[in-house]
Amino acid sequence: MSRVPLPYTQKVLDLFRNPKNLGKLEDANVISVAGNPACGDMITFYIKINDRAVIEKISFESYGCAANIATASIVTEMIKGLSLESAWKDVSWKKVTEEVGGLPSVKFHCGILAVGAVKRAIRKYYEQKGSAPSWIPKELTFEEKQALEEEELAEKLSKRLKATEEK
Amino acid sequence: MVENVRDLLKAHEGIKREVYLDNENSTMVPQEVVDTMLPYYNQQAYGNPTLTHKPGWEAFETIMESAQKISKFMGAKILEEITFTPGATEANNLALMGAAFANKHKGKKIVISEIEPINVLHVTELLQKFGFTTTKIPVDNEGFLDLEKLKKAVDKETALASIATINNEIGTIQPVKEAVEIVKGKNPDALFHTDASDAYGRILFNVQDLKVDLATVSSYKILGPRGIGALYVKEGVNVDKILEGQIGTQKLWPGVENTPLIVGLTKASELAFEDFEANIGHMRMLRDKLVDGIFAKLTDVKLNGAKGDKRAPDNANISFLRCEGEALTIELSLTGVYLSSGSACSRRLLQPSHVLVAIGRRFSEAHGSILMKTTRYHTEEDITRVLEVLPIAVNRIRGIVGSTGVD
Repeated sequence: MSRVPLPYTQKVLDLFRNPKNLGKLEDANVISVAGNPACGDMITFYIKINDRAVIEKISFESYGCAANIATASIVTEMIKGLSLESAWKDVSWKKVTEEVGGLPSVKFHCGILAVGAVKRAIRKYYEQKGSAPSWIPKELTFEEKQALEEEELAEKLSKRLKATEEK
Repeated sequence: MVENVRDLLKAHEGIKREVYLDNENSTMVPQEVVDTMLPYYNQQAYGNPTLTHKPGWEAFETIMESAQKISKFMGAKILEEITFTPGATEANNLALMGAAFANKHKGKKIVISEIEPINVLHVTELLQKFGFTTTKIPVDNEGFLDLEKLKKAVDKETALASIATINNEIGTIQPVKEAVEIVKGKNPDALFHTDASDAYGRILFNVQDLKVDLATVSSYKILGPRGIGALYVKEGVNVDKILEGQIGTQKLWPGVENTPLIVGLTKASELAFEDFEANIGHMRMLRDKLVDGIFAKLTDVKLNGAKGDKRAPDNANISFLRCEGEALTIELSLTGVYLSSGSACSRRLLQPSHVLVAIGRRFSEAHGSILMKTTRYHTEEDITRVLEVLPIAVNRIRGIVGSTGVD
């Protein structure tokens, strides 16, 4: 594996310097988290979903690198005002990557994590309601699976660390 | 990709004051050093030092004089104990592989610490393919080697121990002399290597006093040019060369000697060692001002590594909780302050710094770490500038983090 300088795009740099929709949302009715501080990569979305299943407001907090901050921020811009169905179907990690003008391949997981967090939020919203529409598959999507894998890796690393400490 | 980097560089336009503190990863070369090197490219001593003509003999004389000076600075007995290599990475590879291969009949066990640099750690992993096994000795939460565990780990099968004199990330000065006594006490045949890249020119360091068999020196870490380093091999110690090619004046490293770089390393050494006390006093004073200033201006901050006089005079390694390091390095770069982070993102590896993990830092603490090294060229104004912009940068990143990322 080589280490190249991270060639972030102008868009990533702009979003990193001036993130849109940053901070907590007091009237959020869904809060979703993806990632783990052990991986240095974590996103929280605060979402206000209205009665017509439309994302009325959304904000984020991000513990991570510039790409993590930029992708989380762009996702809030991309899905604000969308119906949950459209947010689920039309926003993939590839689209997110395109929207920020591309990412270095080692940073693809940032976009994946952001979309995973959105899908989690939508699932959570319908779980809270007690019934899910048919367009939500039972099986986890690619982004949700990847987020879960990253969290499990963090868990494993932390456990290994604890085990070493006890030795 | 290069286009993106050009845009990133454009974002830095208009920066009035720059402070470079990433002296762990590369350094500026002072003009004095460059000026000393330049004539050796095209005016004198540009010949091959093994050949029978004036430019060759000039090169030979220059290289021998350089080796003589470096051997003095390291405390070696004779100049033949110095081998110039293309860097500390190569010197560490030569030390470990060369000593392991030359002495494999004595044993196939290697002992290192958990916090050895990557160019030692990875070489021992490679040596596993040749039947060598490695024991990693743990360190305490300041990074000091567990000497009891070292004692237990060394036996008759131990061929080699390698412990850096000063850890490159956290600046902890190891009790190398005691470690050598322990290793040799249990197995007089075992060899002892120390990576002195961070010690040479930063603390009093003498290979004969420490009684080490092998020691690595890096040029850029004392503000010499990159691409050159040196390995001390004690007279009588067997080391195999690890590269094949035309042997020149040095039996352990083939190829044509790079005279200008050797001259650069030598000049950088001279500058580091003349006024040695004043130089390191200056580094220490600025480092303390930097660390004290950061602690005074920010909460949830931790110093990584040893405190007091068991710490390298130039090293400041600090963790900012609730702050991711790569984001911080970019934020600070845009203000003209350049430093590096032990965060996984910044290192572009899956895991954060193995050194910070070994001293018991949580992953999130490692992700929020930054490493800075002062030099004799920094000024108080430089540090004042860093103390102006760094707290603002940390607070902005913490503002993005909010309550996310607290473990």
